[in-house]
Formats: sequence, C-alpha cells, structure tokens
Amino acid sequence: MDPKQPEEIAGEGLPLLEPGHTFGSITDKISSIVLTGRTPRFWYVCFGVGFIFVLVLLFCIAAVVSIGIGLFGVMIPVAWGFAIVNFVWWIGIGHAGTLISAILLLLRQKWRQSINRFAEAMTLFAVACAGIFPLIHLGRPWFAYWLFPYPSTMGIQPQFRSPLVWDVFAVSTYFTVSLLFWFLGLIPDLATLRDRARGRVPRFIYGMLAMGWRGSAQHWHRYESAYLLLAGLATPLVVSVHTVVSFDFAVALVPGWHSTIFPPYFVAGAIYSGFAMVLTIAIPLRRLYGLEDFITLRHLKNMGIVMLATGMIVAYGYLMETFMAWYSGDIFEKYMMMNRMFGPYGWMYWLLILFNILIPQLLWFRSLHTNELVLFAIAICVNIGMWLERYVIIVVSLHRDFMPSAWGMYSGTIFDYGVLAGTLGLFLALLFLFIRILPMISIFEMRELVHKEEGRSA
Amino acid sequence: MAESTVIKNQLPLHGLMAEFDSPEHLVDAARRAFAAGYRRMDAYSPFPVDGLADAIGFHHTRVPLIVLIGGILGCVGGFFLQYWVAVIDYPINIGGRPLNSWPSFIPVTFELTILIASLFAFFGVLALNGLPMPYHPVFNVERFELASRNRFFLCIEAVDPRFDLDATRRFLEEIGSLGTYAVEP
Repeated sequence: MDPKQPEEIAGEGLPLLEPGHTFGSITDKISSIVLTGRTPRFWYVCFGVGFIFVLVLLFCIAAVVSIGIGLFGVMIPVAWGFAIVNFVWWIGIGHAGTLISAILLLLRQKWRQSINRFAEAMTLFAVACAGIFPLIHLGRPWFAYWLFPYPSTMGIQPQFRSPLVWDVFAVSTYFTVSLLFWFLGLIPDLATLRDRARGRVPRFIYGMLAMGWRGSAQHWHRYESAYLLLAGLATPLVVSVHTVVSFDFAVALVPGWHSTIFPPYFVAGAIYSGFAMVLTIAIPLRRLYGLEDFITLRHLKNMGIVMLATGMIVAYGYLMETFMAWYSGDIFEKYMMMNRMFGPYGWMYWLLILFNILIPQLLWFRSLHTNELVLFAIAICVNIGMWLERYVIIVVSLHRDFMPSAWGMYSGTIFDYGVLAGTLGLFLALLFLFIRILPMISIFEMRELVHKEEGRSA
Repeated sequence: MAESTVIKNQLPLHGLMAEFDSPEHLVDAARRAFAAGYRRMDAYSPFPVDGLADAIGFHHTRVPLIVLIGGILGCVGGFFLQYWVAVIDYPINIGGRPLNSWPSFIPVTFELTILIASLFAFFGVLALNGLPMPYHPVFNVERFELASRNRFFLCIEAVDPRFDLDATRRFLEEIGSLGTYAVEP
C-alpha cells in the first residue's frame, strides 16, 4: 500500500464514497432516479413553487418590455440598480460549477466526481438567469443583437473598447463553453440511460441524445483528451468572466468602483457565492434523494473549507478597499467609504460584513464541518451576503458620487423584486426539471471512482 | 471457413465479442489479442480504462491538434474582427486616440480564442468518433447493453486478416472470456 495521499489526510478518514458499491449498484441507483415512473411528491412541490415564480418572472418581463424600464426603480444618479446587482450575483454563482468541474479536474481532486454534474447544471441555469437582466435592462431588448458585430444597414458597429461589449462576449462564451462541457460529460451517461430505459419513448429520446455512444476504447481515449482540454480552456475562461464583469465597474471613474483590486476580489467573491449555492442545493438534495452514499460529509466539508478560503480573500478585498480609500487621500474616495459605512445604506454594509465575514468564521471549527444544518445556514447567509455586497458596490457607490447636488436615493420597486424572485423560481424549476430527466451525478465518473477506490483497498 | 462467417441474411459477421467482468481482465485480454496478431478490434467499457487504448494499439489522437487549430483561428480571427471594425469599417476618432487600440481588443480576442477552441474540441471529438452514429452492429449483441453498466467487452472484427470464426472463438475463450458472442452485421 502506497503512503497516504494528501487528500486522504485532509479528509480525515471521511470516505468519498460509502463502501460496498459496485459498478452495477451505482449505475442502478443513479439512473433509477431518472427512469422511475413515479415522481416523488416533493418534486412536484419544488418544481411547482419554481414554476409559479417563473410565471411571476414572465409577467414582470412582459410588463417591463411593454410599459417600459420606468417600472424599475432606476433613475439618475442610480441608473444601475437591481438588474445589474442580480446579474453580477447570478454570474458569480455560476462560477463554482466551472471551478468544480474544470479546475478540480485539472488538480486531480477526486471529490469533485459526485458533485460536478449538478454543479455544472447550476452554472448553466445561473448564467441563464443572469443573462435575462442585462437584456431587459437594455430597455429595448429586441435590439440586443446590436451588441454583436454584423454588417448592418445602419453602417454602425459595436465599440470594442468598452467593457460592456467585452461582457457580452465573455458571458456568451461562458454560457456556450459551459453547455458544451456539460453535454460532453453527459453523453456516456445518456448512453447508460438509453440502455436502461424500458419505455420506447425514453429509449428513443436518450438514444438520440447519446448519439450512438458505445464506450469504445478509441472513443474514450479521444473523449478524455477533449474533456481535459475543455477543462483547461474553461479554467482561464472562468477567471476572465468575472474579471470582465469587474471591469464594467473598475474602468469607470465612480468612487468605490475605480479600483485595481476589483478583478481578483470579484473572482474570489464569485467562487465564494457559487460554493455557497452548491451547498444550498447539495445538502437538501442528498437527503431528499437518499444520495448520502455518494455526496458524503467529506464533500460538504471540503466545500465548506473552499468557502472559508475564498471568504477570507473577499475579506481581504473589503479590507483593502477601506485602506485604499483612506490611503489615497482622495476626498471622494474617503467620503464614499464613510458613506458606505455610516450613510443611509450603512445597515446593509454591516449586514454584509456579518453575513460574509463574521458568520463564516464558524467554519474554523472542525466539529461544524460535518454539521449539515450549520453548513446550510452559513451557505444561506453567504448567498444573501454576496447579494448585499453587489448592492452596496453598485447602488451605494452611485447614489452619492461627486457633486452633492447630484446625489439621490434608490430603492427597488415591486417589479425589481418580482424579477429577482422570478429568476430564483426559474432556477429552481430548471434545476428540478434537470434532476428529473437527466442523471444529477456523473455515473461513469462514479464507476471510475469505485474502480480506483477498490484498487486502493485491495 | 467462408461459409461459417456468413449467416442467414447473407451478410458477413461484424466480428466476435467476448465479455469480461473487470477492467483488468479486459486490458489483459486486449493485450493478448494484440500480441496474438489481431489488429482490427475494439474494446468497450462503461468508463475510461487506463491503458486500454494502448492495449488495442491505439496510441495517438488528433484532438489536441484540432483544438490548437481552433484556438489559433479564434485568436487571429477575433483580433482582426475588432481591427476591421475599429480601424476599417467604422473608425471613430475619440480625442485623437489611435484607432488600432489593441490593448482594449485583448479581452474579446481571449474570449473568442476560448470559444472557437472549445467548439472545435466538442465537434472535433464527435467527428473523430463518428458520432452521431444511428446504427452500429455491436448493439446487436443482447448482452452489450451491459457495456454501459458493469461489463467489459472486446470485439475482434471479421475484417481482421487473422480472423477465423472457430479459431478466434477458441482464442477468446482461452484468454478468459465469460461469454463469446457472434456480432451480426
């Protein structure tokens, strides 16, 4: 037996996979969730709640498109409100999925294997939710294609020196690459479902989607090569996406935005909120579907540790923002920081410090790493805290910038809250739809894990 | 011998398929088949098995080259798209700044590099694997549906010059096949 692997020591004996599983038992367990004829009652409840909010979303979008952007609370000086806050928040959530599936793959972290599939799905749905916001925020979303360079009869072209145009390319590339990566990972599992399905219709649909995958050694060889390369491409991509999002702010001159720490601080914040969302989803799901054997306490513990680490980077970001505001000697920067802490929105700043910095410090206690309820509560706090962070950065910086005569206040309207709640519903509905029709854990990677774990114990 | 490789619908067999119950047995069998001189064969497993492609004599893949080409096309194409827009098609003079302000073209160049390389990776692997493939003879073997569950298969194809229905069947049984099946075309 070779000496202990580093990750085994870090795991302190918690298994990645409960013992006793075989290739067959894993295949049957995961595919039965999809292929069962009986849909569990909680599925209807969760999907139903999500669907109701999808209707709210559709109503709000229809109202905003037909009546106008004035239904949102945005006005000068705060011309970027909820829509941009929500956009940045959702995009950030997506980042954990790519981190788990791509970066942890490159780092050969085996604990990614039971959580990567639904984390990638979460990425796709989060980016889909994020994409809605800039689109409706355009005011005239039917002209969104003007953002792409095409030979237009108007004879004009997009401005490639603008971070907002970079954002269009970054986010659409991110969505496309995440989709390809996710689908490539699904192909062998779709073949499994094709072979397991008993009805003609599911057999036909999964068969078409699997495209004739037969698990040939030559296919696997190319497949692994492509999968690894896609992971290698997705890794710098995920860093670039939130960097470009942060450029939307950092390139502007507004105090509180114009800062070089924004790119790393945004990327860390994105991963932080993303892991919080993965935990928020994983903890109830493993219970509801009895997947405790596959998504073990070891996974939850590791995600908690990643959250603590990225949370500390975010804390450093807050600290540096405050320090630079003082050190710059710039009166507007100094005022921005005082206003952020003690101005009309000060309560939000302190709430975000509480949710993002203070409460997650509980993760230093080892005994809490495996306490699902505590992890879930911390994850919810971080989700809220990160939303508040974006609100503070965007709204609080804009509402008092330079000239006191140009100051103003902002608050979201019922339509702002409606669209936010609606995207949460869309996310929930898409997630449960995904869980019902596709395997939420990568079956072939779990078989590989069984094989490797067997080899180690043998 | 010619008659026995022909079955009732007059088409020659696709090959003979042997079943194994573990990846180690499959790799071992594939190695021995290769050593015995068989070249036209393929192995099937429910997950990627280390060394299996090597064992059947398949070492190189062109996927990385395709991805590299995609990346270069995306990078060069992406930059010149912006150059063409900003310098040739729609030049705007803002405070006398240079039209070819290349540093601000880098983010989109980068994104397009990743985008095109990823598209090439995805569609490249599908094309090299010949997918989508609506029909393949291996699916005629009833047990083959376990290839996506917990069984491992080695198929020696009839086009291999050393293929002989009886001798190959005997060979597969010798190397530990749990069941040997004729693969109808």
